[in-house]
Amino acid sequence: MTLVAAPEGRSKKRVARTSAALWRRPWLRATLTLSPPLAWFLVIYLASLIVMLVTAFWTVNPFTNNLQHGLSLANFRALFHAPIPTIIGRTVLMAALVTVADIIIAVPFAYFMARVASPRARNALFVAVLLPLWASYLARVYAWIVILTKDGTLDWATQHLGLGSPNIGYTNTAMWLVFTYIWLPFMIIPVYGALERIPDSFIEASADLGARNVRTLRSVLLPLALPGIVAGSIFTFSLTLGDFITPELIGSGSNTNMIGNVIYDNIGLANNLPFAAALAVVPIVIMTLYLLAARALGAFEAM
Amino acid sequence: MEGRATRVVLVLWVVGVLLFLFIPIATIVVFAFDKSNIQSWPIRAYTLHWFSVAWDDPQVKSALWLSLKAGAAATVLALLLGSAAAFGVHRYRFFGREAVSLVLVLPIALPGIITGLALRSFFTFDGINLSLVTIIIGHTTFCIVVVYNNVIARLRRTSGSLGEASMDLGANGWQTFRYVTLPTLATALISGALLAFALSFDEVIVTTFTAGAQNTLPIWIFGAIRLGQQLPEVNVVVTFVILLTVIPVAIAAKLTGGGGITRSSVRSAADG
Repeated sequence: MTLVAAPEGRSKKRVARTSAALWRRPWLRATLTLSPPLAWFLVIYLASLIVMLVTAFWTVNPFTNNLQHGLSLANFRALFHAPIPTIIGRTVLMAALVTVADIIIAVPFAYFMARVASPRARNALFVAVLLPLWASYLARVYAWIVILTKDGTLDWATQHLGLGSPNIGYTNTAMWLVFTYIWLPFMIIPVYGALERIPDSFIEASADLGARNVRTLRSVLLPLALPGIVAGSIFTFSLTLGDFITPELIGSGSNTNMIGNVIYDNIGLANNLPFAAALAVVPIVIMTLYLLAARALGAFEAM
Repeated sequence: MEGRATRVVLVLWVVGVLLFLFIPIATIVVFAFDKSNIQSWPIRAYTLHWFSVAWDDPQVKSALWLSLKAGAAATVLALLLGSAAAFGVHRYRFFGREAVSLVLVLPIALPGIITGLALRSFFTFDGINLSLVTIIIGHTTFCIVVVYNNVIARLRRTSGSLGEASMDLGANGWQTFRYVTLPTLATALISGALLAFALSFDEVIVTTFTAGAQNTLPIWIFGAIRLGQQLPEVNVVVTFVILLTVIPVAIAAKLTGGGGITRSSVRSAADG
């Protein structure tokens, strides 16, 4: 038995005494294990979120570039001045279109994974979906620059097919394509989870009751897949709202600006931290509303 | 329930999606071997030249070194804090227990830019200079949940009677932890650590806001792509980053049977 291989002599006794003392006081053990992680989150993370919200009420002195602490609504008022409303609208529209595209691509794929594929094929597909998710995010965005650029892979392919050059590099269409690509695994996984849990008997019952395939799909499968779809849409929507890499690398400036890269520019070039903080409140509010709606649809059980 | 035609369409659909997922990654890997320094398709000649150029580039070297340091430190911190949180939440009933799981998930549930900007505001407010330390703080914050998810999932699947048996046989709390609890958790801890490292090594959004003048590898890549400079080197570095994140994830998937690597495993955290 290796159980007695603990430290020798006095120190051994001390260890035994300490563990006995701790054993008798569960509240002390609970405090000792939980305080470091909780302190980290309270002192650093939650404090940071609060400081960010407070910063949104500050201003930047135009002459000295110093932050002026105070209680000004100027940054929030600026959210209503052109071009910010257009940018917010473009971002939300983009998030919605990306979400719709990902749903359309993911549902048949997840259906195949969950209900058609053999267990082995299912595992292989699971890994195939997850690996791109982890394979460098920047690499995957960058790959699309190489593909979509003039004389890129796509140009070559369409020219060989006699379709001419699509010329969508650096446009909103390109951003939509890249976002759809990047977040697709986030949609497939929860939809797969929801579809996999549907008992076969439900589908048999539907057929026994005389429903054709389309009817079963519409009245049985899709309603039961809905929580998974909503769960996936939380990711695709939220991630698109906050991304700045894609607009910065795939976009081309004023016609493709999104919330994320405007925040990013205000940290760097424009150096206006308070305005960036006020703008960051917009995705927080949108996501809060989105999450409340999702909870009403029962999406949290499906994640 | 599906007929033959439906099945054929489904298979084609799946093949199409797989091509969509992997062609871009394959493209970038192939371009790493492109001899030309202007990228255009098809590639005319192949070379390993850019690998040695990237390897000898002092900027790339120092960025790689910084990424490794930040990843290692964030992994160790996340391992300690994440498993402590998992133990606490699993073992004890207390007021606000559900809130704990929610707070831990926030850094990856909210868009990364929020976490980044919040930390940036915090550091500015406290007058803390951006450095390796602030990068590590940012990375640890979003890595904790990965370790937490893996460890708490394992704790839930392990029966508490093992620990009780150990105590009945006369082991004290420390011995039970060392010889019973830790071995059952080992693979969950290792896979949590690997995932945390992969997440940290590739992270660019939070890092952009918490790094000062120094570059991590993803920040160097981002800058180079944005300026359109050194693109052949970017191809090589990016291929290297893909390998260095995919390999730990593949190992972690083996260790946890696949369930642990769903980056978005919010559910396991949300059930408390």
